[in-house]
Amino acid sequence: MAVGKEIRTQIGSIKNTQKITSAMEMVAASKMRKAQQRMEATRPYADKMRQVISHLAKAHPEYRHTFMIARDVSRVGYIIISSDRGLCGGLNSNLFRKLVKEMQKQREAGIELDFCTIGSKASAFFKRFGGNVVGNAEHLGDSPRIEDLIGTVKVMLDAYKEGRVDRICIAYNRFVNTMTQEPTIEQLAPIVSGEDEQKRHPWDYIYEPDAKEVLEGLLVRYIESLVYQGVVENAACEQSARMIAMKAATDNAGELIDELQLIYNKARQAAITQEISEIVSGAAAIGG
Amino acid sequence: MAMTIHVDIVSAEGEIFSGLAEMVYAPAVMGEVGIAPRHAPLVTRMKPGEVRVDRGAGKEMLDIFISGGILEVQPDVVTILADTAIRAEDLDEAAALEAKERAEKAMKDRASDFEYAKAKSELAEAMAQLQAIQKIRERTSKH
Repeated sequence: MAVGKEIRTQIGSIKNTQKITSAMEMVAASKMRKAQQRMEATRPYADKMRQVISHLAKAHPEYRHTFMIARDVSRVGYIIISSDRGLCGGLNSNLFRKLVKEMQKQREAGIELDFCTIGSKASAFFKRFGGNVVGNAEHLGDSPRIEDLIGTVKVMLDAYKEGRVDRICIAYNRFVNTMTQEPTIEQLAPIVSGEDEQKRHPWDYIYEPDAKEVLEGLLVRYIESLVYQGVVENAACEQSARMIAMKAATDNAGELIDELQLIYNKARQAAITQEISEIVSGAAAIGG
Repeated sequence: MAMTIHVDIVSAEGEIFSGLAEMVYAPAVMGEVGIAPRHAPLVTRMKPGEVRVDRGAGKEMLDIFISGGILEVQPDVVTILADTAIRAEDLDEAAALEAKERAEKAMKDRASDFEYAKAKSELAEAMAQLQAIQKIRERTSKH
């Protein structure tokens, strides 16, 4: 029947889209599980690292590293972690929105900004938005490795050491649970030391070979591990956000199909009714 | 029972070992060190090598290869933060340069996949708009 051919084609095309979105949903769900496991696996290292740093903060080192000394801020470096791919709901745009607000605040205070971007969405954003991007890493894949980040982090750390930036912050999506991802901006350097607790027994480490070299290695690794943790968490966020976005798209497609199906049935029925009435009236005309 | 010390060995990609030991041997940069319980606080860098954990008589000696890292000793706990990446000053330097170049290229290169990504997002937006218009049209034609 010629009736509603357009509607039928449309239903067909929406069904195809629905198949794709539901496949993407399932892929994202299985990747999310893996990403969450990876996130769990990196926790012990980050915890131990934090523990060692907190021990260090309690010690009385005769040498204080530049990363431990706060100075007046005239330029801030941001490390921004985003996803490489889109179709994950408002994940990246929420983060960028928060970032833009913070940037405005800094600009008003006369503070200049540098950026390091991780993930192609962040570099695409700064390309449109404008900003001084000094380092970039992208296409980290599903299992990011710390090797891929060392360079990008070093660009920022060098800038800090040479006094070109006075503070380093990291912006990423923190994984709360599958439904909730929280855009977060944290300070990496100088290291925010915890509460100054009573120091009853002033003690210090034995440093081998010397304090400067050991602390340098330790603090660089500390910051790298925080960035890595951010990347891994962001990856878990990306997958769960995509899963939810794709689930919503699949549901919407289903609704659309139902609606179109109803319209199609109505049109079909109307055509049949019309045909019957034509036949009946034709027969009546002949018979009468 | 002999005195024991708690040992944690972790790398950025996961926990390797956590438990009690009588003695831990680690490849510090200045030479191998043996850590017994109640050792003085110590931090040192490690070079690539073998960490051995002596878990006492009757238990197997644990051998773990690490590619460098940090060793921290507190009187009752030893923490080994193992590297997963091979580190060297000039390797790190090269990685940093690469990151900078990538940034410059990303900001300059207008014809690369950023344009593609932008076009794709615009296409998705247009498609969504079309869909919405169609939906509205169908709703109004129903009545």
